[in-house]
Amino acid sequence: MGRTLKFNIFRFNPEDTAAVPRMDTFYLEETDAMTLYIALNRIREEQDPALMFDFMCRAGICGSCAMMINGKPDLACHTKTKKLPSEITLMPMPVFKLIGDLSVDTGTWFRGMNEKVQSWVHTRKTFEPHAPEERMDNALADEIYELERCIECGCCVAACGKANMLPEGFMGATAFNRVARFMMDPRDERTNDQYFEVVGNEDGIFGCLGLLGCEDMCPKKIPLQDQLGVLRRKMGFSQVKHLFKAVMPGK
Amino acid sequence: MDTFYTDLLCVGAGLAGERVAVAAASAGFETICLSIVPPRRSHSSAAQGGMQASLGNCCKGEGDCPDVHFADTVKGSDWGCDQEVARLFAETAPVAVREMAFWGIPWNRVVPGKGIYYKAGKEYEKIEKREMEGMITARDFGGTAKWRTCYTSDGTGHTLLFTMDNEVVHLGVTVHDRVEVLSLIHDGQTCMGVVARCLKTGKLRVYLAKATLIATGGYGRIYRETTNCVINNGDGTIVTLDTGIVPFGNPEAVQFHPTGIVPTNILVTEGCRGDGGTLKDVNGERFMHIYEPGKQELASRDVVSRWMTHHMRLGKGVPSPYGPHLWLDIRHLGAHHIKTKLREVEEICNEFLDVDPITQMIPVRPAHHYSMGGVRTNKDGAAYGLKGLYAAGEAACWDMHGFNRLGGNSLAETIVAGRIVGEKISEFLQGYEVDFKTSIIQAEVKKQQEKINNLVSGKNGKENVYEIKAAMGDELMDRVAVFRTGAELQKAVDNLQVIYDRAKRIGLSSKPVGANPELSMALRMPGMVRLALCTAYGALMRTESRGAHAREDYPERNDRDWLKRTLAYWKSEDDTLPTLEYEKPSKVWELPPGERGYGSSKIICTEDPEICTPKPETN
Repeated sequence: MGRTLKFNIFRFNPEDTAAVPRMDTFYLEETDAMTLYIALNRIREEQDPALMFDFMCRAGICGSCAMMINGKPDLACHTKTKKLPSEITLMPMPVFKLIGDLSVDTGTWFRGMNEKVQSWVHTRKTFEPHAPEERMDNALADEIYELERCIECGCCVAACGKANMLPEGFMGATAFNRVARFMMDPRDERTNDQYFEVVGNEDGIFGCLGLLGCEDMCPKKIPLQDQLGVLRRKMGFSQVKHLFKAVMPGK
Repeated sequence: MDTFYTDLLCVGAGLAGERVAVAAASAGFETICLSIVPPRRSHSSAAQGGMQASLGNCCKGEGDCPDVHFADTVKGSDWGCDQEVARLFAETAPVAVREMAFWGIPWNRVVPGKGIYYKAGKEYEKIEKREMEGMITARDFGGTAKWRTCYTSDGTGHTLLFTMDNEVVHLGVTVHDRVEVLSLIHDGQTCMGVVARCLKTGKLRVYLAKATLIATGGYGRIYRETTNCVINNGDGTIVTLDTGIVPFGNPEAVQFHPTGIVPTNILVTEGCRGDGGTLKDVNGERFMHIYEPGKQELASRDVVSRWMTHHMRLGKGVPSPYGPHLWLDIRHLGAHHIKTKLREVEEICNEFLDVDPITQMIPVRPAHHYSMGGVRTNKDGAAYGLKGLYAAGEAACWDMHGFNRLGGNSLAETIVAGRIVGEKISEFLQGYEVDFKTSIIQAEVKKQQEKINNLVSGKNGKENVYEIKAAMGDELMDRVAVFRTGAELQKAVDNLQVIYDRAKRIGLSSKPVGANPELSMALRMPGMVRLALCTAYGALMRTESRGAHAREDYPERNDRDWLKRTLAYWKSEDDTLPTLEYEKPSKVWELPPGERGYGSSKIICTEDPEICTPKPETN
């Protein structure tokens, strides 16, 4: 309490042909239980109504508000100012296309990711409206939910050395986690070879440098490192099989 | 001008909008979804506790069936719902839940054998049957006779929305995210699409469609303190009301959820109480058993919110810098339960309150939560008044909720209504053609462009949009909340009319290049105040208490005079109040009005023979 917070905020509006990227400075008196959600809205409402940023649920559930907070990607809504120094620098996430100021286009990126990994249950069955559901062990349902908790905020992508080097191509931990989620789901009939077609390449799991910024920065604490390991093992095995087939056609 | 043509345009890509899109796309119709945010960020994702469907798999749900779900829903609505719709809903919900399982939802499943559960703070034992192992299980929720709420931990909305969007991606449905709707294009009889604004570039667009669906969710942001997310501004409700032809059903029916956390109003799920959590006062004592000996903490939301407010009025609230609150206690459920079934609750408490719910109590009080009212439709989801216009989900007054929605019935409505309305739209589109009249399209675009020009130039004034929003929110929060009186409602109406006048004189203070957020808010603000006026005026005129509408000066539920649904129209742009009409809430009275079994309302009975005599379902 009692601190004056200094905010350095990245500004650039690509629609404004006269604009050049710059940093703007704003000051706010810190209030009790202040989060970056409260702070940014106060700056917009009291100091600069044109300031662009994204919030939706303001409860850490929807993934809208990821940004670089003093150099690290995190959800702005659950970041309390009291855990930060009195000078706070906010930048948009890298890798994603900039919409303006702190707002980036995660929607287009994640739609692309979901298309690439074919993020849906692949089955030859058709739904029978009046048949009882297929059974599932509750422990397995819990395990699937654990990976299903990804909110597509983009922090793992922004924290990824490889994605920053190859912003167009590299799929990122979020995609690997999604593949791992469907691999463990018995309703999905895809084989390891079919998953290999999706992620068994340099844009996929073999491009991962193992830096694990994703694991460190995931705001939902999803065990990404474990998924990378599982996927690398399974896909490595498929790769050996593919090589074997190439050397000995007909097998 | 970018112009897009499609068979079906879904305005809103939350659960309801996407479920309709999936139905239409599966039937071979070209579909575009507009969404103000990327679809997976829609507010559906924030729903936690689960969705009701009478599968009857778990031992505490044994004997459940659509009949019981139907009766719970009608009682929950305080007989304000459309019983044909409630019946259709209850019958379809089990199919919808299983369909979501087919698409990949990791529903929690029955674990056979002995288990413990908590009710009213006490421990009980239950035994799940071996033969039900692995079937979809359910938890207890308020106002229900059985455990019926299917769930994935407390991230049910999240898993449903991601799975639904997976189907949207699978079917290749086009989604235009970051687009806001500004108005409907219509000729007084037929809806032809919308004028919208791109929130990446700020440019206007035209979407022309044979059928248009409004699925923009609730409009809770007209209140100061709401659990609703920041995009729940009611854009779809506003543009339909603006036609002057389509009515806004039951605007006064507004739900306050018992457990918004203090001070941020983030929701913690009803699952906390469903799983055995209790409400406590300043002395650390339970109180709901005093007021509701039967259902206790698990009476319907309107009833629990009223007793909490009443208890705080008696001075039993916990004082805080943000006003008095009560406690939600889930400590006795234990670390394992909280860490597996109430994970988001734990995270929210840790991150937003610095409270550990395993060892500490959670500060809560009733907060605005849900809009039972919305775009009035028939049972097919077709809006009154305009051909080719539909609505589904919270944006609609389809009307299965009447004057109070049961917990777990909103997620269920999105999926069930989406399924039903999607099929009806597909039938409608079969062989249907519409003439797009360029004169009408151009006139509508011109009107919206002029609105923008006037805001930019400050031609009508220089009022600050954020000040107007705050004034409106205060007015509703202070006078149109849990308890209402004629005098306060009259004041709210009077003050909102002044605020409305100011809202017409907003001028921008920033440079409107690209996706300027001030312009977005300024464009919708007069419409938001119109929604607020409908809410306050509808509440003032309804001189009875029903469900969430609690008039202290008219405490009886008056079935003789008020067994009816409000239809609010905004007939002319120059009007300063809505025109109210009324209709019977239901054509079918399978369950005639009676006692809910909780709450303490006195009832003035109706003598209408059509209503008093039970009738079998007609379809």
